[in-house]
Amino acid sequence: MRSIAFKEDNPILSLQDIWVRLGERCVLKNVNIQAYPGEFIGLIGANGAGKSTLLRVILGLLSPSQGSVHVFGRPARKGDRLIGYVPQKVFLDPNTPLRGRDLVALGLDGHRWGIPLPGKQRQKRVDEILEAVDAGRYADSPVGRLSGGEQQRLLIAQALLTDPQLLLLDEPLSNLDIKSAYEVVRLVSRIGHERGVAVILVAHDMNPLLQVMDRVLYLADGNAAMGRVEDIFRNDVLTKLYGYAVEVLHVNGRILVVGGRDSEADGRLLSMETHCCGAGDIA
Amino acid sequence: MSHLLALLFAPGFFQSEEVMNALLLGGVVAAISGVIGVFVVIRGQAFAGHAMGDFGGAGAAGAFLAGINTLWGFLAFGVLAAIGVEFLGNRARERDLATGIILAVALGVEALFLYFDTHFTGKVGAPMLILFGSIFVVAPSTVSIVTGLTIASAVTICLIYRPLLLSSIDPELARARGVPVRVISLAFIILLAVVVEEGSLIIGALLSTALLIGPAAAALRLTHKMGWAVLWSVVLGIMAMWIGIVLAYDSFQWPPGGHGWPVSFFVSVLILLFYFLVRLRGKLPKLGITMSRRAMQDA
Amino acid sequence: MLNSGLFTETFMVHAWISGTMVAILSAFVGFFVVIRGSAFVAHALPKAGFAGAAGAVLLGVNPLYGLSLFAVGGALLIGWIGKRERNDVITALTLVAALGTGALFLALTNGYASGAYALLFGQIVGVSAPQVADTAVLGFVCLLGIAFLYRPLLLASISQEIAQSRGVPVRLVEMAFLVVVGLAAAITVPVVGALLCFSLLIGPTAASSYLTCHPGKALVLALLFSLVTVWTSLVLAFFSGWPIGFFVSIIVGLLYICSRAVGFRYSGGNRLVRHREPAGAVR
Repeated sequence: MRSIAFKEDNPILSLQDIWVRLGERCVLKNVNIQAYPGEFIGLIGANGAGKSTLLRVILGLLSPSQGSVHVFGRPARKGDRLIGYVPQKVFLDPNTPLRGRDLVALGLDGHRWGIPLPGKQRQKRVDEILEAVDAGRYADSPVGRLSGGEQQRLLIAQALLTDPQLLLLDEPLSNLDIKSAYEVVRLVSRIGHERGVAVILVAHDMNPLLQVMDRVLYLADGNAAMGRVEDIFRNDVLTKLYGYAVEVLHVNGRILVVGGRDSEADGRLLSMETHCCGAGDIA
Repeated sequence: MSHLLALLFAPGFFQSEEVMNALLLGGVVAAISGVIGVFVVIRGQAFAGHAMGDFGGAGAAGAFLAGINTLWGFLAFGVLAAIGVEFLGNRARERDLATGIILAVALGVEALFLYFDTHFTGKVGAPMLILFGSIFVVAPSTVSIVTGLTIASAVTICLIYRPLLLSSIDPELARARGVPVRVISLAFIILLAVVVEEGSLIIGALLSTALLIGPAAAALRLTHKMGWAVLWSVVLGIMAMWIGIVLAYDSFQWPPGGHGWPVSFFVSVLILLFYFLVRLRGKLPKLGITMSRRAMQDA
Repeated sequence: MLNSGLFTETFMVHAWISGTMVAILSAFVGFFVVIRGSAFVAHALPKAGFAGAAGAVLLGVNPLYGLSLFAVGGALLIGWIGKRERNDVITALTLVAALGTGALFLALTNGYASGAYALLFGQIVGVSAPQVADTAVLGFVCLLGIAFLYRPLLLASISQEIAQSRGVPVRLVEMAFLVVVGLAAAITVPVVGALLCFSLLIGPTAASSYLTCHPGKALVLALLFSLVTVWTSLVLAFFSGWPIGFFVSIIVGLLYICSRAVGFRYSGGNRLVRHREPAGAVR
């Protein structure tokens, strides 16, 4: 286990005055955020708000047009082993000859050239991680046949193998039914606490995250606001962010963000998409 | 003016009946290929479209052996293969692999037929004709059959245009709206087979793909409106076909003389030229930003 | 049977050696072709190679050079442009480009009809001693390439995003793989024929993928299927005089159907995955 000590007030992630322009569009505008060790941050925003772009900036895959990005005290760069990345989904044929544990093992050394040398050590580490995410049952099952929730656990396991200090999850909940979504959130939160790993979890709908989030990072059309849920989900804050009138409603313990009266998005539900859970992905 | 015409068109061009047939056949097939091609590109079935040509080739080789007009061989195998491929499965990759295996078997059979063709009928040129097309040696009766088939295909396309478009772009939505997606898919692939086999007859099993994909791909880079895309696709296809025929005819006069360059060469080069010209224009902004998830998934 | 020259005729010795090498190479390259779903590319590159061979013959040069040039050139073209347009469209157009010029080369070369036929469908007599040496060298290079690319290619094939986040040069790795496929195609074509080369690439692995999800076992099975296919085809082609490609395709087809049928029965006739029972725990 790595033992890089970070003081409480030493941010592991620091974005300053970040602007990202792609072609004619300004995808991120004047973003200033810090993240601290062990924090659970929900990155919320509608499609096209800039969430994926922000992740790519943090991963060092995209250089901002302006501003600076620092991760663990140094400029963001590609292939940082202290960052674990979990994509939304993998697209594999049901007959792909790869088992769950093969997918996970790639997290360990998939970036190195050559053939993996089989070894007890390697096997042991993979088994440990599989137990940690509770995916031991389907370690030897074909990856292409697993449900969305099962695949998510494997993808999370894969990201944890390098002992990262920051975990980025790119919309892990979007293809899951409600039950699986809550399970994944609980899992990630548990792992974050056990290992002292900071988490940035991207989502459309942050209701599953309300119980576990420390802070929320809200993106609207390239503008960002970060803080605790009660500080961000307010009419004035979000109206400023969106640039037009926005209302925050609390309904049955859930939060809805709706376009305000007479605004250009009048009545439109801005931030919360309900899942169609008939597709039946049961983890 | 007549000097210009003489320069562009080699002597005997406008008098030759074969050439006129070729222009008619070529134009008709290019037009319908252009229409279907746009859907093929949108639906991501370029491999299936290409495979149809090879499937048909196997049938043609068999028909040749049996002494029947190769058009029937092309059509029969093509349609059978289409139905087979459609029922093989819906997941893209598994279907591609299964298509590939069936294609392999069809090609193996074609290999055998062509082997028998050359050894038992003594006509050595058979493989070349089937593989590269026989537009200048097509029997007149074939012209009318092909025209008839094309009209039938065009009518069918008009009939199923709306549901086909919807189910190609968003199958889930189509299903929700009550469109019989499975039936439409089947109808489409049979239509595709018919059109590809017509192309195979003219410019060969190997090159009918050019007429199918090229103009459509270029057209879809020019515009995102379906109607205009189809129109452009047809126009580009016909242009490539006719100019190709003219050049192929003219090439008989070129040194070293007496040896024409094949139509399929000219047509495919022209189609590629159009495609690259359109790419160079590059005016159309990319759909969505490269950072968007869709693009990351498609890439 | 042993007196018939099956093993003693010079051209047969060449055929046995090249055939075996090609079978081995196809199994390893084919493994990735199937995982990546590159059936169309595997079909297109040998055909493009064929056009190059026709050109080489026109120029009076060793056809293998033309084969390699066009197959690898096609691979580079597809890899370079392939990401910005739909991949299958670019593959189709590259194929068209190659075949169009191939048609011209063939038309300009008068007596090439039987040579063309041999290259399209495979003739045993086609392989000469120097070609065997070339095949061995190129084949070895390709195998080394695959071994070297194994891990990053596997990771990139499962998820480009994870690979990018780990700093894998995805574009480079995928292009390198396509070049290997092109080279593999170039040396397989003289043995099995351009039209059927790809059946050897995708068939054995596709068949094995229905029988196991363990990547190591799948590779070994694919190797076995590949060797059986080539060897049996050689024997049958020798005695009947029929083209090798025919036998290869039929045997591959049979193997595929049988494997698919067996796999279907084995998984209980349904597509659900059976997970390992956890040790004592109740789910």
